[in-house]
Amino acid sequence: MSKENYDHIETNVNEGLSTIEKTVLSDYKYGFVTDIEADEAPKGLNEDIIRFISSKKNEPEWMLEWRLKAYRQWLRMEKDEPKWANLKYPPINYQDIIYYSAPKQKDKPKSLDEVDPELRKTFEKLGISLSEQKRLTGVAVDAVIDSVSIGTSFKEQLSELGIIFCSMSEAIQEHPELVKKYLSTVVPVTDNYFAALNAAVFSDGSFCYIPKGVRCPMELSTYFRINAENTGQFERTLIVADEGSYVSYLEGCTAPMRDENQLHAAVVELIAMDNAEIKYSTVQNWYPGDKNGIGGIYNFVTKRGICQGLNSKISWTQVETGSAITWKYPSVILKGDNSIGEFYSVAVTNNHQQADTGTKMQHIGKNTKSRIVSKGISAGFSNNSYRGLVHVNKKAANARNFSQCDSLLLGDKCGAHTFPYIEVRNKSAVVEHEATTSKIGEDQIFYCNQRGIDTETAVALIVNGFAREVMNQLPMEFAVEAQKLLAISLEGSVG
Amino acid sequence: MLKIHNLRAGIEGREILNGINLEIKAGEVHAIMGPNGSGKSTLASVLAGKQNYEITGGTVEFLGKDLLELSPEARAAEGLFLAFQYPIEIPGLSTTNFIKTAVNEVRKYHGKEPLDAVSFLKMMKQKMALMNIDQSLLSRPLNEGFSGGEKKRNEIFQMAMLEPKLAILDETDSGLDIDAIRVVSNGVNKLKNKDNAVLMVTHYQRLLDYIVPDFVHVLYKGRIVKSGTKELALELEERGYDFIKSEVDVEQEA
Repeated sequence: MSKENYDHIETNVNEGLSTIEKTVLSDYKYGFVTDIEADEAPKGLNEDIIRFISSKKNEPEWMLEWRLKAYRQWLRMEKDEPKWANLKYPPINYQDIIYYSAPKQKDKPKSLDEVDPELRKTFEKLGISLSEQKRLTGVAVDAVIDSVSIGTSFKEQLSELGIIFCSMSEAIQEHPELVKKYLSTVVPVTDNYFAALNAAVFSDGSFCYIPKGVRCPMELSTYFRINAENTGQFERTLIVADEGSYVSYLEGCTAPMRDENQLHAAVVELIAMDNAEIKYSTVQNWYPGDKNGIGGIYNFVTKRGICQGLNSKISWTQVETGSAITWKYPSVILKGDNSIGEFYSVAVTNNHQQADTGTKMQHIGKNTKSRIVSKGISAGFSNNSYRGLVHVNKKAANARNFSQCDSLLLGDKCGAHTFPYIEVRNKSAVVEHEATTSKIGEDQIFYCNQRGIDTETAVALIVNGFAREVMNQLPMEFAVEAQKLLAISLEGSVG
Repeated sequence: MLKIHNLRAGIEGREILNGINLEIKAGEVHAIMGPNGSGKSTLASVLAGKQNYEITGGTVEFLGKDLLELSPEARAAEGLFLAFQYPIEIPGLSTTNFIKTAVNEVRKYHGKEPLDAVSFLKMMKQKMALMNIDQSLLSRPLNEGFSGGEKKRNEIFQMAMLEPKLAILDETDSGLDIDAIRVVSNGVNKLKNKDNAVLMVTHYQRLLDYIVPDFVHVLYKGRIVKSGTKELALELEERGYDFIKSEVDVEQEA
């Protein structure tokens, strides 16, 4: 990241930090509920529910068939529900979940002005502006509330360049050939238990196609929110960058406070062709459960990108601070020669949160490179595990990998674990792995105190310093929010 | 400015400060010397507000306020600065960002608006010139990989930026060669004025050649047993601490 950006962030960190005291004392700021009539399916999962979902979305026959096939496969996979993660949670009752919830809206709005004002107010509370004023930050926003994408700004400007950025539901209607061509090519339906579930019941998500040679001129963004009780959110996102194109995509999430756990089983697929690049950034702030570990989101996500083409590049950047349970491994399949995969992550766990997260880099083509920087921060009674796989195929000549996994422990009741798997089948590979574990020392805090900096602010400074390398990867808009989020998520962790 | 009256403090049940009495007025430079284990660093830590020490008696008044009632960050904001003997490293946090946060937190305490980036940089450039510090030191992560001399110079630079009323220098000369001592002392001397004060905690007389004290006190077994001018420091240098120890121990037996 350029020096100007770095300085800009420094400035912003300080401006942001002076509001920490206020925000730290507030409760989970996004824990409010929108009072809108929702259009809901009854609880439970069976073929009728699938038909219900598909008809609600006016899907073509081929889509319904696809879903039903996935559902039947999911049923056969019952014993494949993964149990190997370093996570403890009560068994999920899949029949006790509502699989579709959409705020009632009469007809699809033609412009933002027609979007339900209550809904727009919710997004304003979240700090998301759907209006064209977002032009100032150059971010095109597609907001998803519960299961439906609400409005997408900047469509016209993007469509002039041939860029398609719309909800998945819309893509199925308007661009079925593209969807059929690419959907589930990176994450097959039978890839894992939650991917199969998602394929059957996915409600919505983003679809993005960047044509040959086009560099998307603005950050594309989607904002999620889980509103109704007992709904799982099953987002499905597909991004295709055709030859020589570039896109940077931001995903942000919040969720309200609830007592019952909620399931979030999303699937994200990225495809980069020759000389194309996809940058995918996530700032995740799902409700983590209260101080005693009651409530909170279960975040079981399959994210995978394929560097299909020559010289292609995919980078994943994530700041994960929420969720009661996080299970996700954004991965890259480095198929094209000279392709590059990157994974930058800061995962924070506090109170009773658990995280088992990491990445898989699969080196298949020649001269492929991967870079992994994982920063885990544990506090309270939480458990934070990094699980990474670097796999170099037999024919993957000249592969290069660098992995850095650092853990920071706040307090002595939390845990940090690292499970690195390195499988190298080609002699010319160079694989480097470094790992450190550290604590925030009392002396560090006292040093800050003696300079007039109170303990909460000191922890934020130290944690941000620890996470700096990852934070620098985030696009500007997210960097400031992410830094504040880090501080808030660790409140009360240093006593 | 600072009035310490009968201060007693200890750690883990052991009493280290046994009744310290000391008064420092604005414009004065004081030095506290003493043999190992006399409680010099403890005094510095207790004044700064380090948590593990228990105050078992006495009072400390700083600028008319009860110092012992204030949190460490409040003491700093009121104008108390401690130049650490072993400055801590914070990886990933740039020195500039750290100092900016400190400066603005202190401003906030006094109800002032934080400095914007431009004003802050201007102030920094000014102090950098004054203290003879170059940019490269400041863009590095706080104290990470700094040599002993660089760390101590960084302490004095922070002092220049925070403009405290009372600066406590805890064994600032330890681990430094002559050149480094000279540079650090120059910095301290430039910052001295009639409105602030300096309290040096030191083992060796050497530093006092560069930062000349108005008063020298000897700390032994947790009390100030002798006070004098800079001549006392020279006497200690010549005769060692033994003569003080025997004086005091004889008195105690008597």
